[in-house]
Amino acid sequence: MDTNRGDQSNGSIITRLIRWNDARTGLNSLLHHALDEPVPGGAKLAYVFGSALLFLFLSQIATGVLLAMYYVPSADHAHTTVSYITKEVSGGSFLRGIHSYGSSAIVIVLLLHIIQTFIYGSYKGRRELLWVVGCILFALMLGMSFTGYLLPWDQKAYFATTVGTNMLSEVPVVGSWLKQLLRGGTEMGTLTLSRFFVLHVFLIPGVILLFVAQHIYLFRKAGAAGPISADPIKPNLPTEPFYPKQLVMDMGFALLIVIFLGFLAWKVPVMLGPKADPSETVFLPRPEWYYVPVFQYLKYWKGWTSIIGILVIPGILGLLLVGLPFFDRSLERRPWKRPLSIGTFSAVFIALAFFGFQSHRDDMKSPGVAAQLQKQKQHEEEFMKAPFQAEVEGSSGVGASMNPQVGKGQGLFTAQGCNACHGENGVGTAAAPKLAGIGSKYDSAKLESLLKAPTTAMQLGGMEAVDLKQEDMDALVAYLQSLK
Amino acid sequence: MPTRPSPPDKPLGATSQCDDATQNPASQPRRSFLGGLLTAGAAGVGALLIVPAIRFVLHPVLAKTTEKSWSDVGKVDDFQGITAPMQRLVQIEQLDGWRRTVSQKPVYVARDSAGQITVLSAVCTHLGCTVPWVDKQNKFICPCHQAIFDPSGKLLGGPAPRCMDVLPMRIEQGVLKVQYQYFRQLTPKKEVIA
Repeated sequence: MDTNRGDQSNGSIITRLIRWNDARTGLNSLLHHALDEPVPGGAKLAYVFGSALLFLFLSQIATGVLLAMYYVPSADHAHTTVSYITKEVSGGSFLRGIHSYGSSAIVIVLLLHIIQTFIYGSYKGRRELLWVVGCILFALMLGMSFTGYLLPWDQKAYFATTVGTNMLSEVPVVGSWLKQLLRGGTEMGTLTLSRFFVLHVFLIPGVILLFVAQHIYLFRKAGAAGPISADPIKPNLPTEPFYPKQLVMDMGFALLIVIFLGFLAWKVPVMLGPKADPSETVFLPRPEWYYVPVFQYLKYWKGWTSIIGILVIPGILGLLLVGLPFFDRSLERRPWKRPLSIGTFSAVFIALAFFGFQSHRDDMKSPGVAAQLQKQKQHEEEFMKAPFQAEVEGSSGVGASMNPQVGKGQGLFTAQGCNACHGENGVGTAAAPKLAGIGSKYDSAKLESLLKAPTTAMQLGGMEAVDLKQEDMDALVAYLQSLK
Repeated sequence: MPTRPSPPDKPLGATSQCDDATQNPASQPRRSFLGGLLTAGAAGVGALLIVPAIRFVLHPVLAKTTEKSWSDVGKVDDFQGITAPMQRLVQIEQLDGWRRTVSQKPVYVARDSAGQITVLSAVCTHLGCTVPWVDKQNKFICPCHQAIFDPSGKLLGGPAPRCMDVLPMRIEQGVLKVQYQYFRQLTPKKEVIA
């Protein structure tokens, strides 16, 4: 029988290429390993959420990279650039919609993924680390949506984040320090935006990728848990490979999400409100829907008790969630045999849903609040309808607002060709030094005499004597004095 | 007792863990059909989604260039009686993505050789210095390298390769308007670059 060597000369060019590549990369065996993952008890629709999350995360990366092509993370440009993306760039509103609605979709699918894992008891049987990594990913994902919310720098982004970061100051001892660290100062400003941008675009996504890899690795190491009847350590059920049935279900679900997101982004364009105005005093910030229950919950804690509400209770709940596989060690997976954990989980869930509902009711109950929220919504709609306004940046366009003498001098500066060597606005070029700040070096009389009779060093550098009528000379000197 | 032949095809849910396409040829057509369906579906939706992404990236290339902007120079009547070139600053607006830059550029309103009003760019055709009008000598003299032009902008001497550049102009309701342009320097032929 011919060996490997002979094989390589057989088959079409494509099969030979695949074989050539596999011999060097081992890609085929990796693919087989991925596709032939044994699913105890066969494929089920209940298992689609994990891969849907991975898919949605990749979609967020793709749309996020595209948005970053036009976005500028600075307080004076961020809102203009998002407005430009939304109103001007082809496909901009759509891609921003996919990214924005995508973040909500991730939260929903994440909740479904957690609920499925919880009800199926799939965290049991040597899966503690898998569960803990999942909890870390959950927290990181919430961090992503929190940091991403500020980036458009519109009214609601600004004020919601002001409230969100203010909560940090409730942390004892280091609270106000933490708040300053996150904001890059005591107040919200352009440094806050830079920090949130770095967290949203570099830091958190990088960490998420690391933990996703770990999550998948730990999942494959432990193996799929299968249905609730299966033993979580040694599932005694016949298995079915992941490919094709489970993969088709996963892909089908992902396609469904994409189609839904695409339709939503197309039909219900995501809004952008007026630019953040820190001096505004009546704006009522409301967070993204999935933060509303927490927002409402925090309203109940006033004064010294807020320590309990903001730190102790969430701390205990967080510990219960992360430590679940350590507390709940029995291998029993059927939900009706686990009343304590299922009961606690459901109670928290129902409480959150209740808070969300209560928040809406509170808003509607107070006529002032309802009217203000309505007004804010109307402002958003008006802003969306208004055409895009480019940011006007005058290299010398400030002329109109300045002292007329200085404005005239600026004209002379250009007319005399000073800008040819000293640069626009006297910024300096390779040919001649900058003139900005020269007013602090020489007084007006000295400047005038230097212009009329340049020093030898200046003449050698190419500076010529300036011959002007006295009134023009005064204007030119006034302009030079104004250069900062 | 005859041994029973093993069932030719086990139900899918009962295939063992080590089951593989090569070991169970019966599952091959099914796999390839579903695989094909999957590929087609993903490719279709992918193609649909890639279109806005490509348009998004190509926006600066494909977007219609903004109509050429005309800047006001001044009332035509102000220039009817001029005998020497007169300098005017025009405001030009340029759209640069999401920002609009406004800058002032000097131009000369002059008379061409036939005595008609014309608007000249003040940028020297040599190396781009701003050329001043020197009234005493009745010439444009560039301070950088002494290129000399006559009152109509014709090249008289110096290192410049061509005459001063004439800008497109038009008169609208008694107002002289000019379309500011940038030209390539150092070439004998006038060539618009922006």
